[in-house]
Amino acid sequence: MVLDSKLPEGPIAEKWEKHKFNVKLVNPSNKRKYDIIVVGTGLAGASAAASLAELGYNVKAFTFHDSPRRAHSIAAQGGINAAKNYQNDGDSIYRLFYDTVKGGDYRSREANVYRLAQVSVNIIDQCVAQGVPFAREYGGLLANRSFGGAQVSRTFYARGQTGQQLLLGAYSALSRQVAYGKVKLYTRSEMLDLVTVDGQARGIITRNLLTGEIEQHAAHAVVLATGGYGNVFFLSTNAMYCNATAAWRAHKKGAYFANPCFTQIHPTCIPVSGDYQSKLTLMSESLRNDGRVWVPATKETAERLRKGEINVNDIQEADRDYFLERKYPAFGNLVPRDVASRNAKLMCDEGKGVGSTGLAVYLDFADVIKRTSAEAVSQKYGNLFDMYAKITGENPYERPMRIYPAVHYTMGGLWVDYNLQTTVKGLYATGECNFSDHGANRLGASALMQGLADGYFVIPYTIGDYLASTPPKPVTTEDPAFAEATAAVQSRMQQLMSINGTRTPDDFHKKLGNLMWEYCGMSRNAEGLRFAKQEIQKLRQEFWSDLKLAGTEMEMNQALEKAGRVADFLELGELMVDDALDRNESCGGHFREEYQTPEGEALRNDDEYAYVAAWEYQGDNQPEKLNKEELTFENVKLTQRSYK
Amino acid sequence: MAGSNPNAKPMNLTLKVWRQKNRISEGGIVDYKVKDISPDMSFLEMLDVLNEDLLRQGQEPVAFDHDCREGICGSCNLFINGRAHGPEQGTTTCQLHMRKFSDGDTITIEPWRAEAFPINKDLSVDRSAFDRIIQAGGYVSINTGGTPDANEIPIPKDIADRAFEAATCIGCGACVAACKNASAMLFVSAKVSQLALLPQGHVERKTRVENMVAQMDKEGFGACTNIGSCAAECPVGISLENIAILNQEFLSAKATSNNLA
Repeated sequence: MVLDSKLPEGPIAEKWEKHKFNVKLVNPSNKRKYDIIVVGTGLAGASAAASLAELGYNVKAFTFHDSPRRAHSIAAQGGINAAKNYQNDGDSIYRLFYDTVKGGDYRSREANVYRLAQVSVNIIDQCVAQGVPFAREYGGLLANRSFGGAQVSRTFYARGQTGQQLLLGAYSALSRQVAYGKVKLYTRSEMLDLVTVDGQARGIITRNLLTGEIEQHAAHAVVLATGGYGNVFFLSTNAMYCNATAAWRAHKKGAYFANPCFTQIHPTCIPVSGDYQSKLTLMSESLRNDGRVWVPATKETAERLRKGEINVNDIQEADRDYFLERKYPAFGNLVPRDVASRNAKLMCDEGKGVGSTGLAVYLDFADVIKRTSAEAVSQKYGNLFDMYAKITGENPYERPMRIYPAVHYTMGGLWVDYNLQTTVKGLYATGECNFSDHGANRLGASALMQGLADGYFVIPYTIGDYLASTPPKPVTTEDPAFAEATAAVQSRMQQLMSINGTRTPDDFHKKLGNLMWEYCGMSRNAEGLRFAKQEIQKLRQEFWSDLKLAGTEMEMNQALEKAGRVADFLELGELMVDDALDRNESCGGHFREEYQTPEGEALRNDDEYAYVAAWEYQGDNQPEKLNKEELTFENVKLTQRSYK
Repeated sequence: MAGSNPNAKPMNLTLKVWRQKNRISEGGIVDYKVKDISPDMSFLEMLDVLNEDLLRQGQEPVAFDHDCREGICGSCNLFINGRAHGPEQGTTTCQLHMRKFSDGDTITIEPWRAEAFPINKDLSVDRSAFDRIIQAGGYVSINTGGTPDANEIPIPKDIADRAFEAATCIGCGACVAACKNASAMLFVSAKVSQLALLPQGHVERKTRVENMVAQMDKEGFGACTNIGSCAAECPVGISLENIAILNQEFLSAKATSNNLA
């Protein structure tokens, strides 16, 4: 299959406007004849479900949580970008577009990113109208702050809880449509398969997580807004339930999976404290506005510090290495995430890491506290400082935070065209679930922007183009494809329950996570990747012969839920390794040790690898087929990224 | 180890945990022992240890709700030693760490107890009543698109800040669990005040408060008797001031509107 990204013709600034005119429309009285399934109720899902219902479509919204408001978008801290230029500091749609393409290390689609920058301004208007309480200045206008990879202040925020406030806004819009009867809400329902009829998405199979019942749902189109797959790594900043199952099941039904090896390691997370650790906690990137990153200048000082012979506050300025400010004077502590993460790792590899494990660097607020006051700092970052103190038992107002990179976001995801449609007709993917806008590295405060752009301002236009060519006849679950998919899901549940081995789902998940972090994490090499591939295959076999569960599949069974997700991670993990092996270059979050500049920066190979790797499923335990979408850059010049 | 007290020793604990098969069956307290618990573990990581042990022995793990483990999603909801979210002020269960306990402690763990929050299994309860209250009016009735520029209506910073404080409610239900009447007033008032404070919410303020209060009553939550245990136990510090605002909004709506009988 030739990948057709359906990019509109014409100058970049006119593409979206033109496209909106060219897509087919469904007339208002026909909209009520179409049913749309939206899976996931985070920013991308709730905004899509609400907006589609407002247009008149019948929407069924699914979440495995007890309430739509629990989706992991809620945990996003720092903010949301928009090219409003309220600060009069030189921002524009073009600059946001340019920063995002550059930040993504030139592995994203220009047209998609430009559209994202265009609609970013509408998102802020929409959210304010919903009653989202963004931070404001004394004059009553909206406040902004800076984020990594940008030299303007374009990030809107609500203290350190921006994701929460935006999600509650989208949740309120969704709730309104539930009240109107235009959205039917299914909570504690997990999508376990996609149903296709004649190559078109026609519905989904879900499991009711309270009763264990397997249910069938039909619709004219299906939208997946099911988030990212960072939990492949076991330890990540993702919530515990985040998983890849819905996207992976769709992949096995024909949706190509794009750039799976592009994972983002966030530089500022609270370090691991022990092997009981269940997840990692992010400290927002916004902290790098005021916090200064450093390690002791010498190995010897770092060692004495780790042994407790000296105290961090006793280390003199001259004995500290503010390594980001030293190496990247133009951007300093606000370099993009991949650059900051790699440099932190580099310092620790050189033996200059701090904390008992030596796997941490400092993020220091002493300067800003001296310059302003502890109270002013608390106003800005209070909840983050409290969270840090609760988790570590240390007071960040008195001593610097210890931070270390952790898996945070996945740029890869289901391949979609300009309409956000996957390679399965009638199946769409929005938000982190798709691959489209961030290339090989996402800039801070751009995930919220993309989730809401897709849901509020893209999918409501583009889905009509497909529906208009689909007859408005009622859809049912009578097609044999539904019965087949249901039987497959049931038999898989029974298979998992009947293995009766000795090891728990978490045990396998931790092993997989270790392999992925070690060999497909912050830096990768061909030898390590080949080793990981073999080990993952072995682990997958062990899983299917030695898994231990309890209870039955016909009741609430959280270990069974986890087992199904781990089974899918064990397959996706191998594809991530394959993708990392295929990409013989370094770009953004994908750092292959064999390909670096003399200064240790990522070395791209634009001649051979300026493509999107879209993987096509070929059957269980078969190597997947690589399809390439060549990326062309007409507006941004490909250069070695420099933040110096 | 990372904590404030690097010399703190692992702990052995006795847990008294509410177990209940499903919504209709009878439940009861079951005793478990957990060993070598690090003071740096979170409370839920301690339960993970228990559950891994149970599963390895072929017993059903304890069901409980949790997700972000960062104190923001509002999923976790344990009643620990008689207190919603346990002994630490202003903290969700997932952010409670074992350094707050001592070796040899006995810890009682129960689900939220309220008629409006039926038990699903063990420690997991059904809080969909909260969703239905929001569906009754916890929004501004605008569609996507066509909204004015975000800076068109300036909002005084102190008003925006107060609205934000109210809007930080995580919907965990600790206020209901802590209240002797199982009242949901703090939850409802947080949303009512957020939208009453902001100009965007003014258009519908009367119908909103009437509909949300009516739904709250319908769900079977108890009445508010101004004791304040809700605010005392709220993990994100939602203030009682919001209940005062709700009462004012409600009275003024009832006195001036003919929206509801």
